[in-house]
Amino acid sequence: MLKTFSLGGVHPEENKFSAGKKIEVLPVPEQVSVPIAQHIGAPSEPVVKKGDEVKVGQLIAKSTGFVSANIHSPVSGKVLKIDDILDASGYKRKAIIINVEGDEWDETINRSDKLITEISLSPEEIVKKIGEAGIVGLGGATFPAHVKLSVPPGKKCDILILNAVECEPYLTADHQLMMQKGEEIMVGTQILMTALGVDKAVIGIENNKPDAIAHMSELAKKYNGITVESLKVQYPQGGEKQLIDACIKRQVPSGKLPIEVGAVVQNVGTTYAVYEAIQKNKPLFERVVTVTGKSVTKPSNFMTRVGTPISQLIEAAGGLPEDTGKVIGGGPMMGKALTSIDVPVTKGSSGILIMPEKIATRKPIENCIRCSKCVSVCPMGLSPYLLMTVSDKAIWDRAEEEKIMDCIECGSCSFTCPASRPLLDYIRLGKGKVGQIMRSRTK
Amino acid sequence: MNTLTVSPSPHVHSGDSVKKNMYGVILALLPALAASLYYFGLGALIVTLAAVISCVFFEWAIQKFLLKTQPSIIDGSAALTGLLLAFNLPTNMPIWIIIIGSLVAIGIGKMSFGGLGNNIFNPALVGRVFLLISFPVQMTSWPEQSKNLTSYLDATTGATPLSIMKEGLANGESVSTLMSKIPSVTELFVGNMGGSAGEIAAVALLVGLIFMLIRKIITWHIPVSVIGTIFVFSGLMHLANPEAYAGPLFHILTGGVMLGAIFMATDYVSSPMSKKGMIIFGIGIGFITVIIRVFGAYPEGVSFAILIMNGFVPLIDKYIKPKRFGEVVKTAGK
Repeated sequence: MLKTFSLGGVHPEENKFSAGKKIEVLPVPEQVSVPIAQHIGAPSEPVVKKGDEVKVGQLIAKSTGFVSANIHSPVSGKVLKIDDILDASGYKRKAIIINVEGDEWDETINRSDKLITEISLSPEEIVKKIGEAGIVGLGGATFPAHVKLSVPPGKKCDILILNAVECEPYLTADHQLMMQKGEEIMVGTQILMTALGVDKAVIGIENNKPDAIAHMSELAKKYNGITVESLKVQYPQGGEKQLIDACIKRQVPSGKLPIEVGAVVQNVGTTYAVYEAIQKNKPLFERVVTVTGKSVTKPSNFMTRVGTPISQLIEAAGGLPEDTGKVIGGGPMMGKALTSIDVPVTKGSSGILIMPEKIATRKPIENCIRCSKCVSVCPMGLSPYLLMTVSDKAIWDRAEEEKIMDCIECGSCSFTCPASRPLLDYIRLGKGKVGQIMRSRTK
Repeated sequence: MNTLTVSPSPHVHSGDSVKKNMYGVILALLPALAASLYYFGLGALIVTLAAVISCVFFEWAIQKFLLKTQPSIIDGSAALTGLLLAFNLPTNMPIWIIIIGSLVAIGIGKMSFGGLGNNIFNPALVGRVFLLISFPVQMTSWPEQSKNLTSYLDATTGATPLSIMKEGLANGESVSTLMSKIPSVTELFVGNMGGSAGEIAAVALLVGLIFMLIRKIITWHIPVSVIGTIFVFSGLMHLANPEAYAGPLFHILTGGVMLGAIFMATDYVSSPMSKKGMIIFGIGIGFITVIIRVFGAYPEGVSFAILIMNGFVPLIDKYIKPKRFGEVVKTAGK
């Protein structure tokens, strides 16, 4: 029996249309808008001003705290302005807008494709360099990578887990990256293992990617301590806690981080970025983005510079289909519906999903029939129906008692509900409120 | 350019619906309906149609004229209540009594609580128990098997295995002599006995159970815990005194155990939300059923047992929570 996580889960239609599509390098756009808040934590502080000349890979905004990240220019050219633009969040937020001139890279970046396997840096140097390169979790959560790699005093990490699950339907960026940059990911894994001081790493891949499992298993033979774990297809296996449970049968306690059970999880895309940062001195300014959807004529995986307007990616994938009803940044389960196709690609953009109008709208809400399906599918073992009710009635102490903060917002409950109840919408509302109350208490 | 729809995630839905679940249960009841028509003929048809039509009508009328809301009879839940009510009635039941039972089931059992999703008690059982205590004679005279295929109100009636057992034991007869008056286990399994319209054929009801499990309409927890508890509890008593207490197979194959465990106790609205809660609920039903059958005044106790446990559901849901992630495994990394 294939391994998977212990509680709940759903299996939405996979629809991985772009699965076999090789990564294409998208041409550099004429203008990029690089938001200064692309990660979880404090927004970065611009270090360039209007009129400055920048090169590819040059630092343009610096980290403003431990949980924050540097941002590097994805293009060469001249800073047009620093202004508020509409980004994927739906809000107008500050971004550095650069007019592109040529494609001149910072000289310190090694642009050759030659694989470098030897790791010359010490663990401390690796973590520092990852921080400097502005690497954040590329699975979509965008949590700064160096923070996770800095094991707090008193805790010990004994295993690294690589998230190659890509449990979101439609998305294939990680899949293709493994097929094309498997070797680099292996070296990246070794770098992360060195940084953490662990001798074991597990790469968790769902078995709807048999080619990736075979390829990575073959490569892993050459590297000490790396194993590939083939997992049953089950959403949300890419959730950090679910993945740890699936791979090594350890459950992270409520309100705690993975390090509590001795594990650190990194996404494969992040691992590739780590390889490039350490071995090639290349900061994070481009990533693989899947552009897909039922009506998209040419579902693709693009290597894209950060700051590129997504309209350009959609154009490259055959244009916006006639029947478009919704454009989502990310996958269908956890992605964010975009208000405009002019928003820029950021470090966290794993995919752009274009949905036809007829599946883009929700069905009418019916009465809860207490079928208990939301309870069965919740991967955190919560009672979504109850959390919705207490959030609706603003009974915040009860919501806290029922562990509303444990919710990972995977959406399995809303996905499953036969009465089409917007369970997660209400739970998010409740989480926001309860989080506020909990913070005010510790002050 | 088109306007874009913006809504929070998830952006896809499983496609499951209230309707699909309700019609799924109705489909699962069809084998039992076929068995009922086979054994009871015309009477079964009349009773079933009367109950289904009047339940759907009352739901429609109450929503339309009293509550002034959009009638929701299309979701299939009223038809399902009607079908389950019919399955709990003898097949020679006069139509006017069925109409009263349907009004109580839908009006009091369901709509007075706020309609689908809000009723504490199983509506079909509310209707059934109301009829049982209001019309005890009509509710406890069951037509004989396979003899009355074209008759309805004039059907010749006979006793059910449970009433034979109850009366016999009360008259001081032993279980072994009584068992000779009762059809064999195989006959009980295929439904060759007296009883209410839909409860007799265990085999047909089990086919329905398998269908519902495959379609993931229900889980195994409630049916297995109800049937298992009745089997174990009555089995222990039988072992203690085989002449005073009937055997476990007799208990699970007679009366409303199969219908109750598979279709009545598993009613979404009136059963617990967590798996552990479902098992406790099922054990309670099994236990109370045997207590009523063996020590109570009625030969049968499934309906009462389910209604009593329905009343405990809010309490069960309050104290029995699903197993939370990260609760059990507390070991930290070495």
